[in-house]
Amino acid sequence: MKPKLNLAVYWGAACGGCCVSVLDVHEKLFTIVEHANLVFWPIALDTKYKDVEQMPDGFIDLTLYNGAVRNSENEHLAKLLRKKSKILVAYGSCAHMGGIPGLANLFNKEEIFKRVYFESESTINPDQVLPQPHYKVSEGELEIPEFYNDVRTLAQVVDVDYYLPGCPPQTERLVEVFLAIVNGEQLPPKGSVIGAKDKTQCDECKRKKSDNKLVKEFKRPWQIKDDGETCFLEQGVICCGPATRSGCGVRCVEGNAPCRGCYGPPPEVADPGAKMLSAIATMIDSNDPNEIQKAIDTVVDPVGTFYRYSIPFSILRRKLL
Amino acid sequence: MENKVNEKIFKPKIVGFLCNWCSYTGADLAGTSRMKYDESIRVVRVMCSGRVDPTFVLKAFKEGADGVLICGCHPRDCHYHEGNYKCLRRYHLLKKYIIQMGIEPDRLRLEWISASEGAEFAKLVNEFTQKIAELGPSKVKQNIETFS
Repeated sequence: MKPKLNLAVYWGAACGGCCVSVLDVHEKLFTIVEHANLVFWPIALDTKYKDVEQMPDGFIDLTLYNGAVRNSENEHLAKLLRKKSKILVAYGSCAHMGGIPGLANLFNKEEIFKRVYFESESTINPDQVLPQPHYKVSEGELEIPEFYNDVRTLAQVVDVDYYLPGCPPQTERLVEVFLAIVNGEQLPPKGSVIGAKDKTQCDECKRKKSDNKLVKEFKRPWQIKDDGETCFLEQGVICCGPATRSGCGVRCVEGNAPCRGCYGPPPEVADPGAKMLSAIATMIDSNDPNEIQKAIDTVVDPVGTFYRYSIPFSILRRKLL
Repeated sequence: MENKVNEKIFKPKIVGFLCNWCSYTGADLAGTSRMKYDESIRVVRVMCSGRVDPTFVLKAFKEGADGVLICGCHPRDCHYHEGNYKCLRRYHLLKKYIIQMGIEPDRLRLEWISASEGAEFAKLVNEFTQKIAELGPSKVKQNIETFS
């Protein structure tokens, strides 16, 4: 019998959805534990960080790191797991591109703390207390991770072997990748995006498309009576399909919601939002600057729409300070 | 005199994307007519202003451009019929994006320059350089390189 693989799953700045997508293997979990020991997985096992620190370098065969790098704890574990792992996979949109936590790059640390600890409607903080990384009490010094100014992708902190995109990644893709590693199949070159395809969402989308995509204004999904058949763009709703990699099975559009771009850009595209922006702008049915401006006013939030999952990954990476 | 001292401190770097058929020829006319204009501009010739992908503009800012100037054929004059209109639409949306990202909107400008408008091109470059000089150096490059 082949020796079992050592498998680790870790969450950085994440919502937990990626770990749940691993749990979603359902009965295939038996296949996974047949081939692998789960050595570290905070959502399911009580392995401590010091246990990981004691593992020899390269002890873990495969680590799925999900979540962005937002604080010193995320960074420490990213560096630690890099050292301990043979293959490190950036699992899910946050580790791949910064994801939803990456939207915080539109603000800085002070602005975020001010909003969260002083201003939010549910906060009562008369003493204006802010989290301190170090705090002395009579029993000794307490320590919490330091909150960084920027959200970073995993690859901006450590060397990453593969990217498995999605918010969360489709569980079937994970099982395929896992079995490929177990069976010793030829792995793609380092730095590849795995568990996804090279074409765009539009290539796989079954909705009816014509050559005419011109619109006078853009609408939010609730403003249209979706017929369930026509391309969202042709109905005036922004859909990120043209600049998003396929592989999810066009799940959102199949569920009658436009694509939000979680699978990231297709190969050779440096900045997913810029490509989306380019595609959407050319749909405007006017050559008059004033009319064009009016149509653009209906694109309420370009950053949040075109870079929903990818601000830290994009060319500009964050708002200017 | 004071202006000259200021110019020595900050010389704007401007990237210009000029379409092959009108604007580049217009810039060429400025050169062959011995018109003087500011050397702040680095010209990239593209076949059409419709070829200017927003990625190019963002990359220029990332690499340290203080301003980006896009020039194309006048409306109804495009060699490819509607490339300049596509550029115009992208320009307006891109501007909204860079404002959200904290970049001063005046650092990006789109103008129409025809093949016969050498003098207008020279004037435009001088004007734009002056505007960028007033804004000061762009912080984009430094911002990208700084990670806490």
